[in-house]
Amino acid sequence: MTPTRFSPLQRGLHWLMAAAIIAMLFIGVGMVTTVQPRYLALIAVHKPLGIAILLLALLRIGVRLRRGAPPLPADLPPIQRFGAHASHLVLYGLMVAMPLIGWAMLSAGGYPVVLGGVLRLPPIAPHDDALQAVLRTAHTWLAYALFLTVIAHLGAALMHALIRRDGVFQTMAPWSRANRA
Amino acid sequence: MPPARDTASPPPAPPPRPGRTRQAAAFALIAAVCGLSATAFAYTGGWLSPDRLTPARIVDALSDRGGDPIGHRRNHSKGICFLGTFEASGAGTALSTASVLARGSYPVVGRFAIATGDPMAADASGRVRSLAVRIVAPDGQEWRSGMNNSPVFVVATPRAFYEQTVASEVDPATGHPDPKALAHFFATHPESAPFLAWAKTAPWTTSFADQQYNSLNAFRFIDASGASHPVRWSLVPTAAPQVEPVAALAAKGPDFLEQDLKARLARGPLTWHLVATLAAPGDPTDDATKAWPADRPTVDLGTLEVTTAQDEATGACRDINYDPTILPTGIAPSDDPLLAARSAVYANSFDRRTAELARHATAAGSAR
Repeated sequence: MTPTRFSPLQRGLHWLMAAAIIAMLFIGVGMVTTVQPRYLALIAVHKPLGIAILLLALLRIGVRLRRGAPPLPADLPPIQRFGAHASHLVLYGLMVAMPLIGWAMLSAGGYPVVLGGVLRLPPIAPHDDALQAVLRTAHTWLAYALFLTVIAHLGAALMHALIRRDGVFQTMAPWSRANRA
Repeated sequence: MPPARDTASPPPAPPPRPGRTRQAAAFALIAAVCGLSATAFAYTGGWLSPDRLTPARIVDALSDRGGDPIGHRRNHSKGICFLGTFEASGAGTALSTASVLARGSYPVVGRFAIATGDPMAADASGRVRSLAVRIVAPDGQEWRSGMNNSPVFVVATPRAFYEQTVASEVDPATGHPDPKALAHFFATHPESAPFLAWAKTAPWTTSFADQQYNSLNAFRFIDASGASHPVRWSLVPTAAPQVEPVAALAAKGPDFLEQDLKARLARGPLTWHLVATLAAPGDPTDDATKAWPADRPTVDLGTLEVTTAQDEATGACRDINYDPTILPTGIAPSDDPLLAARSAVYANSFDRRTAELARHATAAGSAR
């Protein structure tokens, strides 16, 4: 049977990760542009939260592959259908890539990867400044790309909810349509 | 579709279809939500606040103090790497659970430098000499520390540091910093007086080896019970100072410190005691311009033994960011506002020079 909504686990992961990723983007862009004492607190959150997002993303992709997604409305124009699929690939890709690039970037920079207290991760890349330079630059530009994709995703979700009113938003809404109708 | 309406025609016009109003409102709402989100992001990233003191602004200012620092650290730009060991006495374990303080021998990659923005600066131009260490415990925990030979730092806040750096920038018209700018800075920053008194009166010496290097910022040692002990630490030399007037040092040539270091190491290792000073209640932990009273208790944490010097271009220290907030469990930053700024600024400087070195390597590769 084709599901009409994402499962409760999928919806829970979506909204939890939405909060985490948006927080992460703001922490990231804020911490690299401040010299205030909050810098240390922000970076101390950024690293473990990134790894948490990586783990949640892997779980989420696994669930998605097993359970699938509700179909898009049949009358959705092909260009919008393409945009929906492409933006979701970008979102899933960056959810995994950004934490891995961050982890690899710290490794290539010769930094210890400290998640907090004694919780440390091993390096996943050699200590190499050329590699560090590439990864550090990628981390910044892919973060901007992720932010723009999140904004596009938000805009598209609201278009479905408020203008097309085609039920797409309801497939991921945290509440049930029955309770609202 | 209804025909287009002449907006200039007088009311009463029939209201538009409710669907269209709703739709326009929905579009406006969506545009507002997305636009506000993007604005909040831009604000957080500092794009809307050009006056914000960012790591990039400080590094820009540091980069403009003469010489060509491309591919180099933007401060303490002229240095030399060393290898050595830290022999922990074990005495620090009463104060901190840090694994590098447990009795034992731990490898060190370090760096001596002078405080300058010019990687080719003459050694006699460096009033402040520095020593940085990375001590690694067997469990992988690291203690990185950058220490200066002055007993206090010149400023207490990142903002004042930035202003002092700007005042030290080279004036393109003269090729030198404007002496009036620095004089004005110090005249308006009385907190710099203890540093200036040191700079004026402390004897110049012939060597990196005979200097005491001080953490300047306070930190916290956390013991096994979780109690926090405010400390500063110093590397106290075992070599006797060889004092010479600065003019005599300048006559030795631009690299006398490096030559002295290599000559001394050819004869044997150099050693320092790593000594922690414990604050008394009320001693300032958030102001690196203020020394603590000389009678504070100290603990000898162990001995740093420097065995080998390496030129920086190919040395092990080149690609290490001596960020003083990279600390093992059991040592934590204090409330000193300079620490976060040092971490943020060092990271920016490190990212720039790795990118510059990578570009340089690519250019050299394609030229071959």
